[in-house]
Amino acid sequence: MSATIFKHEFLMRLKSVIIWSISISALMFLFFSIYPGFAADTADLNQLMENFPPELRAAFGLNTMDLSSVVGYFGFLFIFVQVCLAVQASNYGFGLVSIEENELTADFLLTKPVSRAQVITSKFLAALTSLTVTNAVLWGITFLSIEMFREGRTYDAATVVLVLSSVILFQLFYFCVGLVVSLLVKRVRSVTPYSLGLAFGTYVLSAFSGIFEDVKLELITPFKHFDPAYMIQNGSYDTSLVLLNVAITLISLAVSYWLYTRRDIPAVS
Amino acid sequence: MSIIEVSNLTKFYGKSRGIVDVSFGVEEGEIFGFIGPNGAGKSTTIRLLLSLIHPTSGSARVFGKDVTTDGPVIRRDIGYLPSEVFYYEGMKVIDLLKYSASFYGHDCTQRMKELSDIMELEMNRRISDLSYGNKKKVGIVQGLLHSPKVLFLDEPTSGLDPLMQRKFFDLVRAENKRGVTVFFSSHILGEVQRLCTRVGIIREGKIVETSDIRTLQQNNYKKVRVSGEGLKKDEFDFPGVSNIQTDNGTSSFFFKGDINMVLKKLGTVKVTDVTIEEPTLEEIFMHYYE
Repeated sequence: MSATIFKHEFLMRLKSVIIWSISISALMFLFFSIYPGFAADTADLNQLMENFPPELRAAFGLNTMDLSSVVGYFGFLFIFVQVCLAVQASNYGFGLVSIEENELTADFLLTKPVSRAQVITSKFLAALTSLTVTNAVLWGITFLSIEMFREGRTYDAATVVLVLSSVILFQLFYFCVGLVVSLLVKRVRSVTPYSLGLAFGTYVLSAFSGIFEDVKLELITPFKHFDPAYMIQNGSYDTSLVLLNVAITLISLAVSYWLYTRRDIPAVS
Repeated sequence: MSIIEVSNLTKFYGKSRGIVDVSFGVEEGEIFGFIGPNGAGKSTTIRLLLSLIHPTSGSARVFGKDVTTDGPVIRRDIGYLPSEVFYYEGMKVIDLLKYSASFYGHDCTQRMKELSDIMELEMNRRISDLSYGNKKKVGIVQGLLHSPKVLFLDEPTSGLDPLMQRKFFDLVRAENKRGVTVFFSSHILGEVQRLCTRVGIIREGKIVETSDIRTLQQNNYKKVRVSGEGLKKDEFDFPGVSNIQTDNGTSSFFFKGDINMVLKKLGTVKVTDVTIEEPTLEEIFMHYYE
């Protein structure tokens, strides 16, 4: 671990972290600001929901969540937050070493007296810190929004904490998978198509699995590993899916280390 | 013991050749020229020595340490100037240099200031606002600020105007006087001849010759072109002349040996134009190694 690289990496990403944190906060706050309306007209809401086809309701998890309760509404919102978090974490993962190689600054960094392992560890920890900043902001804005808009309705704070605690693992999954893919493909020319593909791909898989009740798809998408509907209904994680998630993350990270320390840094061409 | 020892170093990128079975040594305190045409494997060799890429087979040692296992220790005393420089575009020059210096664990502020004064580098500009030549200056300062013991220069003069090139060469010579070993890769024979004491020539991934610069110069061909009225076809057909071509009153040929022979001969004919120049490296490769 090199403090120098850590600081540099963190500062390079700071602007992006601020923008993501503000966007996610705005999403959470604005969505919650219309919650009192939903909660007041429960009957109308249920009527509205019945007009949607059941497949669509399943895709958004609306068949299992009660939008009129604070926690239910939060769970519904949380899926959109997860999509944002997935894109952000994938961005950082895919870009961790590939941006440096594309912009050809890798030569500069890797001719300094640091080992490859030190470089990737410092980069990893810096990115993890960045993701944690967004995570912390999300915790803050969630409880702030709930307190501002619940209008005296009671809610189970432990469930909200449970759901929010899943964020770090959720982020790490996208980060590590993005990183290992970026090292497996020959060259990542642009990060965005990859990260949008990974984030929305896994989201769509999760949504489809709700419609067809296809069990296999649940295994590979974090949107199922950390399905807010499941967590809220059961008040706990789906342990086997969470273990699977952590296993994929750890394997991706280990393979990334292995590949990066052996990697040939492409020259200017 | 040589400060850089390369033995049987081979690198393939998949199936395409990088370098094949390259062996040579660089002695402490010398300026070693590494010349060859584009794509011959110069950059590949340097990137292997810096452990930016890993050898397919063979090994290389710098300061007696293996480059694949002791990279970080070796790089503490190495300066590198790539042929094309790229830095974090959003950073200011001063911040980049400080970032670079922060890796070395000793204070480089003094040297950084000296070097940027010599190279007339403006420290407060953003990297993205710099011209190519100015980025190159950042590269030079960045490569030298930690007072390295070995300098790797990979075609360093591209993008520098002649004035800056001269300052840069003076700088390299001064570093060398202080005992710094220089590994100088180039495809321009002239600058290698001006600066280096010994050269290695690489072609198609293989070392074809390592020799003293003097020996190389003595063996060197000159390219001569003579225009004149009534120039006979066999006018310059004497020992040392090769590849003679006569066309429309102009003769061009390569000459190896005592250049006075050519000058004497030129005195006996009426010429309208004469050029005697260094052959390009490609021409040397074509005729020198036939």
